[in-house]
Amino acid sequence: MSATNPVPATPNQPIPARRTGVMTGAEAVIRSLEAEGVEICWGIPGGAILPLYDAWAHVEHTVRHILVRHEQGAGHMAQGYARATGKVGVCMGTSGPGATNLVTPVADAFLDSTPLVVITGQVPTHLIGSDAFQEADTTGIFMPITKHSYLVTDAADIPRVMKEAFHIARTGRPGPVLVDIPKDIANASLDFVYPDTVDLPGYKPTRSGHPLQVQAAAEAIAKARRPVLYVGGGVLNAHAEEQLAEFAEAVQIPVVTTLMAKGAFPDSHPLCIGLPGMHGSKFANWAMNRTDLLVTIGARFDDRVTGKLEAFAPGARVIHMDIDPAEISKNRHADIPIVGELQQILPALTKAYLELRTQDRIASKREWKDQVEEWRFKHPFRYRRVGPLKTQFVMERFRDLLADRDVIWTTGVGQHQMWAAQWLKVEKPRHFITSGGLGTMGFGVPAAIGAQMAYPDKVVVNIDGDGCFQMTMQELATAVSYDVPAIHAVLNNGWLGMVRQWQQLFHGERYSETLLRNDLPDYVKLAESFGALGLRAETEEEVDRVIQEAVASRRPCVIDFRVDHEEKVYPMVPAGSASSEMIDEPWDNDWVEEGV
Amino acid sequence: MQHTLSVLVENSPGVLARVAGLFSRRGFNIESLAVGPTEQEDRSRITLRVDASQHSIDQVIKQLYKLINVLKVNEMTADDAIERELMIVRVAAQPNERADLIRLAEVFSARVTDVGPTSLMFECVEHPDKLHAFEEILKPYGIKELVRTGRVAMRKSVPERTRGARMRVLA
Repeated sequence: MSATNPVPATPNQPIPARRTGVMTGAEAVIRSLEAEGVEICWGIPGGAILPLYDAWAHVEHTVRHILVRHEQGAGHMAQGYARATGKVGVCMGTSGPGATNLVTPVADAFLDSTPLVVITGQVPTHLIGSDAFQEADTTGIFMPITKHSYLVTDAADIPRVMKEAFHIARTGRPGPVLVDIPKDIANASLDFVYPDTVDLPGYKPTRSGHPLQVQAAAEAIAKARRPVLYVGGGVLNAHAEEQLAEFAEAVQIPVVTTLMAKGAFPDSHPLCIGLPGMHGSKFANWAMNRTDLLVTIGARFDDRVTGKLEAFAPGARVIHMDIDPAEISKNRHADIPIVGELQQILPALTKAYLELRTQDRIASKREWKDQVEEWRFKHPFRYRRVGPLKTQFVMERFRDLLADRDVIWTTGVGQHQMWAAQWLKVEKPRHFITSGGLGTMGFGVPAAIGAQMAYPDKVVVNIDGDGCFQMTMQELATAVSYDVPAIHAVLNNGWLGMVRQWQQLFHGERYSETLLRNDLPDYVKLAESFGALGLRAETEEEVDRVIQEAVASRRPCVIDFRVDHEEKVYPMVPAGSASSEMIDEPWDNDWVEEGV
Repeated sequence: MQHTLSVLVENSPGVLARVAGLFSRRGFNIESLAVGPTEQEDRSRITLRVDASQHSIDQVIKQLYKLINVLKVNEMTADDAIERELMIVRVAAQPNERADLIRLAEVFSARVTDVGPTSLMFECVEHPDKLHAFEEILKPYGIKELVRTGRVAMRKSVPERTRGARMRVLA
């Protein structure tokens, strides 16, 4: 069965495009989206948002709407698009359940600082507060999980509100902004002129870092003997990956990239030591533990990175660069805080450092670099290729088979996500899209669809778990409807694997409610019922073939990898432990050399 | 430790909910809260009394600044600000007790605002500590009803040169 693009029903003749003039609130929303350069938005219509959807079909405009199957999918697709492109993602839903279904992606976007504008329908203003059909206090529900929220009570406010919403979403520390529009406001008319500027006296993000602080940071780096760059997702939000690369080249010290920063600095770069924290490498965690200067760049000392906070980087002074002043000294005291945009701070810091750099100071750091290099050589990520198929093996094959392709990876949340972070090599920014802060199972499928829609020519692979996949698999219908050929690799171990791992290690092997069964559903038949390609691999020999077939098909595709359910993610910092205290399986170095 | 925060906000819908919600979400207790208009029509001032460590109060102030409708946050201390609160209290008072109570009230600059057959009502605008003292004095007579507005505060006028040292303003 071949996928086709559905033709949108347009019962009426399109109304010619009008950029200004008298129009309905609904059309004003569409004109605002156009003015913001929005290409795609995702959503589902419903009662309270009907005027907007009516205008969508009725007026001529340039914004593409993608009909999803669940509003959560719309939100995560907008996130996938935003994370892949760096632009603002837009999604829509109706009042009540439409809005509450958007809570999870909005909370996810809030914790991972993803720019979103979320438009929801609301019951007419005269019914607000009356417990009307499909009424929920949407702005109230979203208040703690948005950067800002609006309930529009006058149609004339729509252009200003939309302008502000996009401005707030994309500037400073990016985040989701909600615009709740009652039905009567969407039907009311206004004289539309899209403003050129915003007037927000209470919102003025700091732009450039303080020069004295930059100088102090440069001096601290020059004097440090064991410095480490601790790089977070803020580098990607700031589009500062080039400035980071120049800075890292100048200082020549190990670069730790958090889960959110994977790809912000090339994984294959000799200075990159990758993932720290709960399932990070020993060398990254040891480097953070022994460092005397933590050069923090757009990271936020999350508990999954630091482990027990009091024991984290115990001997280190901290430089903390961030756009958000509230992150400074929130979890870890910053000795040298620099608030501002990384695109401005990093070049200034590089310049200040180069003026202080001497041969002695370069030499003093060389020993440290060698030490980290030795740890990396002696204690790599590893696994035993015995028994059933291992997820790590599948990751290695994806990595190697697609090494020459331009691949955007998305993931769900759990064991497969950690293995993806450990084993995949990501060389370019915004090519690894995962739910970091909120840890949203089900993120992978819609995020992959959103990313693929942003870049139809790239290969998009969703590394997913079976538990995660089942949470948002209805979006396969969206993928097939719009012919979105992202590959959904289900690392199917039949369990909620990460929870099972905790139960095994910390709860006396009491596997409470974590068994899913790996044959339920039959993922191949499921994919076929959606009109997608369904493939399966149960042994190492079958892995290459299914990956190659999936990539070659350029069709929406689900691959059922039947993997070992006993396999655990190592190394591991148990929750609440110091990050230097990792548990691991016993390794015999002879065994590694023999390459069994 | 107790802190008084004076938060200047835009008069926009839901602004009080945003500020109050931030405190509950970040796990801070609000001891008292007062909201009212200011000299500018489109601005309101929220005065909050919060129990938090200095590290936490710094974090609260930074989080408050992240709210789009928050324009300025000042932390006030007893030294640099005038703090006042209004209390209205109804006290049981038999006719033979009235004179005693009215004399006590004078000490606290409280005014009699209502006289009933067996009760007296006082209003008192004072520093919250003094209101507390007045309340303690009235307790033996039997407090029937009591209401307080929550404290409001305003910075004393001090020379520009020393203001910076006396007042902590995080921008």
